[in-house]
Amino acid sequence: MRYTGKDWLLAGLTGAALLVILLLLFVLLGQIAWHGAPVISAEFLTEKPGADMTSGGIWPAIYGTVFMTLLMTLAGVPVGIATAIFLTEYASPRSRIARAVRMAVNNLAGVPSIVFGLFGLGFFIIFVGGSLDAILYDDPRPVWGKPSILWASLTLAVLTLPVVIVTTEEALRQVPRELRDASLALGATRFQTVYMIVLPNAKGGILTGVILAVSRGAGEVAPIIFCGAANFLPYLPTDLRDMFMHLGYHVYALATQSPNVDAARPMLFGTVLVLLVLTFSLNLLAVIIRARSRAALRP
Amino acid sequence: MSETVLDAGEPANAPAAHRRITLRPPRAKSKLASSFHTPWWHRAAERTIAVFALAAIAAIALIFIFIAREALPMLWEAEFAEEVALRDLFVPKQWHGYEDPVFVWQPVGEPAKFNVVPLFIGSLKVTLLAMLMSVPLGIGCAMFVALYAPRAVREVVKPIIELLAGIPSVVLGFFALMVLASWAQATFGFRFRLNAVVAAIGLALTIVPVIFTISEDAIQSVPKTLTEAALALGARKYQVALRVVLPAAIPGIAAGVVLGFGRAVGETMIVLMASGNAAVMELFDFSTSVRTVTATIAAELGEVAQGDPHWRVLFLLGVMLFAVTFVLNIVGDIAIRRLQKRLTATS
Repeated sequence: MRYTGKDWLLAGLTGAALLVILLLLFVLLGQIAWHGAPVISAEFLTEKPGADMTSGGIWPAIYGTVFMTLLMTLAGVPVGIATAIFLTEYASPRSRIARAVRMAVNNLAGVPSIVFGLFGLGFFIIFVGGSLDAILYDDPRPVWGKPSILWASLTLAVLTLPVVIVTTEEALRQVPRELRDASLALGATRFQTVYMIVLPNAKGGILTGVILAVSRGAGEVAPIIFCGAANFLPYLPTDLRDMFMHLGYHVYALATQSPNVDAARPMLFGTVLVLLVLTFSLNLLAVIIRARSRAALRP
Repeated sequence: MSETVLDAGEPANAPAAHRRITLRPPRAKSKLASSFHTPWWHRAAERTIAVFALAAIAAIALIFIFIAREALPMLWEAEFAEEVALRDLFVPKQWHGYEDPVFVWQPVGEPAKFNVVPLFIGSLKVTLLAMLMSVPLGIGCAMFVALYAPRAVREVVKPIIELLAGIPSVVLGFFALMVLASWAQATFGFRFRLNAVVAAIGLALTIVPVIFTISEDAIQSVPKTLTEAALALGARKYQVALRVVLPAAIPGIAAGVVLGFGRAVGETMIVLMASGNAAVMELFDFSTSVRTVTATIAAELGEVAQGDPHWRVLFLLGVMLFAVTFVLNIVGDIAIRRLQKRLTATS
């Protein structure tokens, strides 16, 4: 089809919008890679930060991020997968309960991350932790009712719940109906069908959801500011009730509260690079697994 | 539709249907016959699944209840009433030493002034500015990718923009603080290095993927019959794009914009790091620094004693923020559903 002047104008304008975004993304990644890469070294990744925070490494932050993400996954993923199974395999789509759950999931996905922080503080730390302390100990010093890696992980588990649910649901829906029908026709119960037919066939898609949730959770900072992230901790968290260092929080604290930002600059870029590499490789992994599992399900 | 096949057999009668397939007539508690029945743990697992499925509803309820629980005592607590009058939270007051009634947020001042209006103005200002940048960019990208880009370009661009969506907001905030701020000051000559414009550019980077993804979906799902009919009638490509495809996709695009707005209002780390955080009540000057609702909560809650009036006001901000985004989400949801209905009706 022949393009007229106005066609070119519209194509050019919309194309320019795309170019602007790509350019910004390019500058962002370029700057971080350019300034961050020279800082990365074995010591940077494996050592503790110096007391002035401008020297040393970020190992406690890496460890804390991974530990927290692991706890978050353990707590949130089973619930998310169960919800998705309920929505696709058990509830009829137009039933009131399915609609209510779906609406709650959509809303949960839109709750601001800082509100999750308030929730973690108000519910997990003050209510759950405080109640545990009141029941278990006479000591007025808080044992459970204080910021810790456990409460931060649980808060993030709630935050990432919608990601797991939505992607798992999509994965379950892609399992052909014929497989379920065949299984039911052979006399399998519905539950047997779910866990022997549907889940194995959807496992790639479910894994994608889990990875996306992990990547989202690993990068969130706002919810954990009050729920357990620590500015500077020379030791690694060994107990669920310990506080922990976190890559994203480290970046925030160092960039905004450091007395000498210029001296901290290389550290900062290095930390941001590590955080980006971590989340990007997770995202990339998710994309690859999703593409593969889709190809496998295609007849 | 095969849809009804599974739904007809609700979990309650599935095991009953199964029981009819026993090979022998079930004699008195024969081991073989009982093995055909649903094992107890299947039922237990199904119950667990149903209970877990309520977690999302419970989470929404708990979030609301437990944030409100920290905020609401302000209505009856004597300690709060002594320090803050409820009406001063929302209406201007002529403080001692001021010439006019003003909106001020000065939680550490003496007396402490907690007027939430400047914070909401700040949030609104940064958000609108970010929307001003990201709506044209997001919709433009979506139109280019959906209507003009060759297949190969589309396959590359979509994952790249999804990648942008995967960047943690603290990284975007860092980028705005370290790189964009200096660049913007050098280019536009801002008086303050950190200001509403810098924060808005950072915010726009998080909203563009939201608007892009939803708009692109909406544009792609406009039935081919519509565009083909327009083309057959002799319309030019740009006419098809602007007068057929866009109007048909408008509810979806609107949903993207609303959800993007919700994201921007609730975004914390970027504004916390890049907006300068001075609570200035300045409506139209975008070169001054701003303090948003989210940044205020994030920056101040850590230094407040539990149960303090300041603490209660910060949780009140949380409740209000939650309410705003809740409404925006429902509006966006309804818009998307309406689009789906409209498109299925026309095809």
